[in-house]
Amino acid sequence: MLRYAIKRLLATIPVMGVVALFVFSLLYISPGDPAAVIAGDIATEEDIARIRAELGLDQPYFVRFGGWLADLARGDLGTSIFTKLPVSTLIGQRVEPTLALTVCTLFVAVGLAVPLGVLAAARAGGWIDRFVMALAVLGFSVPVFVIAYGLIFFFAVWLDWLPVQGYRSLSEGFGPFIRHMILPSVALGVVYMALIARITRATMLDVLAQDYVRTANAKGLAPGTVLVRHALKNAAVPIVTIIGIGVALLIGGVVVTETVFAIPGLGRLTVDAILRRDYPIIQGVTLLFSAVYVLVNLLVDLSYSLFDPRIRY
Amino acid sequence: MSAAALPALKSVSPNVQRFKDALRRHPTAIAGAIVLLLMVLVAIFAPLLGTADPQALSPIKRMRPMGAEYWFGSDMLGRDVYSRVIYGTRVSLTVGLAVAVLATSIGLVIGLVTGYLRWLDAVMMRVMDGLMSIPSVLLAIALISLTRASLENVIIAIAITEVPRVVRLVRSLVLTLREQPYVEAAIASGTRLPAILAKHILPNTLAPLLVQATYICASAMITEAILSFVGAGTPPNIPSWGNIMAEARSLIQVAPTILLFPGIFLSLTVLSVNLLGDGLRDALDPRLARRM
Repeated sequence: MLRYAIKRLLATIPVMGVVALFVFSLLYISPGDPAAVIAGDIATEEDIARIRAELGLDQPYFVRFGGWLADLARGDLGTSIFTKLPVSTLIGQRVEPTLALTVCTLFVAVGLAVPLGVLAAARAGGWIDRFVMALAVLGFSVPVFVIAYGLIFFFAVWLDWLPVQGYRSLSEGFGPFIRHMILPSVALGVVYMALIARITRATMLDVLAQDYVRTANAKGLAPGTVLVRHALKNAAVPIVTIIGIGVALLIGGVVVTETVFAIPGLGRLTVDAILRRDYPIIQGVTLLFSAVYVLVNLLVDLSYSLFDPRIRY
Repeated sequence: MSAAALPALKSVSPNVQRFKDALRRHPTAIAGAIVLLLMVLVAIFAPLLGTADPQALSPIKRMRPMGAEYWFGSDMLGRDVYSRVIYGTRVSLTVGLAVAVLATSIGLVIGLVTGYLRWLDAVMMRVMDGLMSIPSVLLAIALISLTRASLENVIIAIAITEVPRVVRLVRSLVLTLREQPYVEAAIASGTRLPAILAKHILPNTLAPLLVQATYICASAMITEAILSFVGAGTPPNIPSWGNIMAEARSLIQVAPTILLFPGIFLSLTVLSVNLLGDGLRDALDPRLARRM
């Protein structure tokens, strides 16, 4: 197990290497002069030259890449062009709301999607099944900000049950925190739920057709026991896999959700950086999110043997 | 067997007939196709649908409610929301179609070649793994932030994020197909590699590729809207659904309809493409259809 874990950890290095190389190279391979684009239309020659130096574009590609990698290894993600603050500091200030939002969304989405998928498979053709199938199509068709504004209009403006937008840290009390988290995490979670529920349903249908499920039913076990302890446990590996892969959807959605709900997280940091064309920030956030995605999927890989003892390394 | 029935049967090949039957079993796919066709017509005939200039400002007629003059109301600059939404159809469909064509053709070429050349395969797959680890919205944002805002750049950026998935699909198809007896027979009879790829491998990748292209089209329209919404997409002087919603962001409590209509159009269009894709998938790959 440990040997396998180390092997898998090492295998993420080339992947992260490609990510780093690509994100870095964008500055060089993008058409036109990125320094001029970043400086904007009213910039002087000196402004452009200064930004070119700040980005290191005045140095040869390989020299700059080496230096950049060395900085990266020390946790230095560069300096924001606009605020002159280290990108790692800016990211550090914004991690908490994003982490809170994604964790809440994970709970909402997984907590609803897995039972829905299980029930849909248990009663194939029933109304829950139809709901799950409809959700699977709609979730991938209605963009996150359309869902978000629908929820805001209905629950915040019309019914006035929940706040329209904003964020309260957990340290300001659990009540306000949750009240501000409900709408964003549901909005962000819909597409993720659609994905997980669909895969759960498909895998459960396969498992429920197995002989040992028939045996368990035949010997008179309670239907719930069969469904959860026998069937769901054996369907766990594909479900956990899709939960890991779906994190990519969450990350993309975070940028939008934080914009809609005015949550001061990493997504909001990125959107503000777009408006100011602050590339080092965009680069830093992209690297961080990619690393999180790779790590989550590494953990998912390693968790397989927990769910299925037959899988040994 | 009556002779009269025969000519009707002859006129369609069995493949076309099977395709039609499969589509008939999927009324949702037909509905999707109809809605999509409607949207295409709306995009083409936008100037004839009672629209005004979508960019025309009229500061004294700001924030008008829905009515005879402004069917969907007017926005904070006095522009006609109806006209902007109708013209927005052009942007979404253009981006969806262009990205689908661009991403599948680039992915097809890379996938065919890497599926066949072992040494390239290992390197290329690591590159694709890396690209796929970057969340696509962020990758597109990074690409856009370094170029000047234009519709072409938005299309290219979204296409780049979709290419790795196409490469993976084509490569896995090629890896299976190259072991097929008929390919071995072609090699044995001295067919050259380009001819094998073009005549024997390529035609068999087209059906799954078409399905994938449909899904890419749907997801590209969503990505374009997201990019425009966060300010990294279609330039503001082109009315796109994402742009309209971004500009009306702060008006949710005052004029929710400005957000509502582009939202409905966008969701409906993406839904129709997705339904069409599901129908195509079921029609072209019955094996997969049973599993999902």
